[in-house]
Amino acid sequence: MSDKLLEVTNLVKTFEVRRANGIRVERASVQAVAGVSFDAEEGQTVGLVGESGSGKTTVGRCLLRLLEPTSGSVVYKGQELVGMHRNELRDLRKEIQIVFQDPYASLDPKRTVGDAIAEPFEIQKVKGDHKKMVGDLLELVGLAPDHAQRFPHEFSGGQRQRIGIARALALRPSLIVLDEPVSALDVSIQAGVVNLLEDLQEELGVAYIFIAHDLSVVRHISDVVAVMYLGKLVEVAPAEEIYERPSHPYTQALLSAVPEPDPALERQRQRVMLEGEVPSPINPPSGCRFRTRCPKAQDICAAEEPLLIERGQGHPVACHFADDTPVVVGDVSFERPVL
Amino acid sequence: MNDTVLSLRDFRVSFPTVNGPVQAVRGVDLDVSQGEMVGVVGESGSGKSVTFLGLMGLLPRTTIIEGSATVHGKELVGQNSKQLRSVRGKKIAMIFQDPLSALNPVHKIGRQIVEMIQAHENITKKAAHVKAVELLDIVGIPQPDQRAHQYPHEFSGGMRQRVMIAMAIANEPEVLIADEPTTALDVTVQAQILDVMQRIQHELRTAIVLITHDLGVVARVVDRVQVMYAGRAVERGTVDDLFVRASHPYTRGLLDSLPALGRERLVPIQGSPPNMLQPPPGCAFAPRCRHAQPECVLELPELRPFGAGETACIRAEEIAVEVAGV
Repeated sequence: MSDKLLEVTNLVKTFEVRRANGIRVERASVQAVAGVSFDAEEGQTVGLVGESGSGKTTVGRCLLRLLEPTSGSVVYKGQELVGMHRNELRDLRKEIQIVFQDPYASLDPKRTVGDAIAEPFEIQKVKGDHKKMVGDLLELVGLAPDHAQRFPHEFSGGQRQRIGIARALALRPSLIVLDEPVSALDVSIQAGVVNLLEDLQEELGVAYIFIAHDLSVVRHISDVVAVMYLGKLVEVAPAEEIYERPSHPYTQALLSAVPEPDPALERQRQRVMLEGEVPSPINPPSGCRFRTRCPKAQDICAAEEPLLIERGQGHPVACHFADDTPVVVGDVSFERPVL
Repeated sequence: MNDTVLSLRDFRVSFPTVNGPVQAVRGVDLDVSQGEMVGVVGESGSGKSVTFLGLMGLLPRTTIIEGSATVHGKELVGQNSKQLRSVRGKKIAMIFQDPLSALNPVHKIGRQIVEMIQAHENITKKAAHVKAVELLDIVGIPQPDQRAHQYPHEFSGGMRQRVMIAMAIANEPEVLIADEPTTALDVTVQAQILDVMQRIQHELRTAIVLITHDLGVVARVVDRVQVMYAGRAVERGTVDDLFVRASHPYTRGLLDSLPALGRERLVPIQGSPPNMLQPPPGCAFAPRCRHAQPECVLELPELRPFGAGETACIRAEEIAVEVAGV
């Protein structure tokens, strides 16, 4: 099956902010998501990666309309979600769920875990033996049915994340948005949750939008990876392809910045070191948003925004100079004069 | 390389609670030499941060600290706060995960560094300011003379961490303790900060202790590694040795749980760490260990030489054979 489950087209989310300019307060707008398009197929995992401020979380929330998109379209199984009436949307929420990063903040400390997991059944007026269904869900995520009577504080971080996943699965969704689901967990615990997500996908055929900044976990779990920078997608490709032949200079820099747990490899690795930090989204650079930090930038990059299209790399890349041979700038050795 | 500047011996930290003391650190040894970067690795609750907060005297007054921690032969354990103040910042400095809460929001960056310099050195404000600007330049802050006149909120996360490093090295300490310095930063910025730390290590010959949970960061920058679990060191060795021939099942478990190329399935460590109110009498990892035998839980295992490094696993030899045989 490779039906389009989700089609996102030109999604834009703008936030109004106030900022101080001297003693005056002026209004400004931040385009957190500035025209993002991608698809997800049934049973597939799309990894959405990017650094803080890239807009990846905002995209995730717009998909469920937890945030109202400013413009663009989100089509789920042929139905347009943007502009849909609340009542209709409520029915569709059965099928699209979300798991948040912080398993401490996303569970009500005063309610038992069983109540938390059964809440979707009550809201959606699902018939049946809720207690039994909660028990089954807890077993599905590797906990015991009698854990339903306990409170969130009795569980560790990894267990709480499993509870969050059980709650998201309660209504048998076809799509789950996972917003940094493992980044608050220790690696030994993280591995168990990643395995669980993989097993559940195999068993239930659920599709994931996996939002994360940890590129090695994304590579492990994703079929397709979409890289975001300052509200835009810069490159979208099958997971192995993007890691083996990244073509956008930002993707190359991002991948080369991730330290690998292999000291011998680390020493001989060549890096694309980026200068500076992500510019403010209130006033993004003209043309290509990455050009201010890009080692390849030319005049055309400021004048003309590169579209996310196929440029002979086998997958779409938003760069005028897309090329799978990385530009290695400098070296991490200690050559700058000091003292 | 036998120029030891920081030395811990049987270092212990416990926190009194109504249910009895929580034994967060239970006898840790560590030596760090000049110009060396040592990684201290472990998961939440392993005692990695508490060890160093304890020796810096940065834990609550009620904390019980025992054993010995010396910087260039000078004992830190049992010193009063005045004595500690003369050492902190001068001989040993520390940077943290969250640089914003470590900076005073209402003072300019330059002034905060000047304060740090003047705390330990008899120097005019003007000369200290010149030095502060130099320090900002060393840590790679562009236009340092203008940036010195700005407030912390005008700096990005990466730039604030650079400011923290500048403050930490202001008095040329012998030892710099970096507690998860890049955990809150994006990877591209993390790479820049690690670069700055390596330059300080090599050019100023500062001994650096890097506390982290990120094994990738460890592989990139440190020379030696000490792995901690439940308040004890379980393994110690050079970075190459540890990643290739991890001898302790906990270290191996950590490495196996990382996503790696060609690894179809991750291998988590089952169970969870012990309750530090009543730590087990034997190996604390035994209840979660695939290789555990009845003898593992009898006695607290000490670090002992094994291969090129040191391990606290009493069955390291047998496990090496078992693993090779699979």
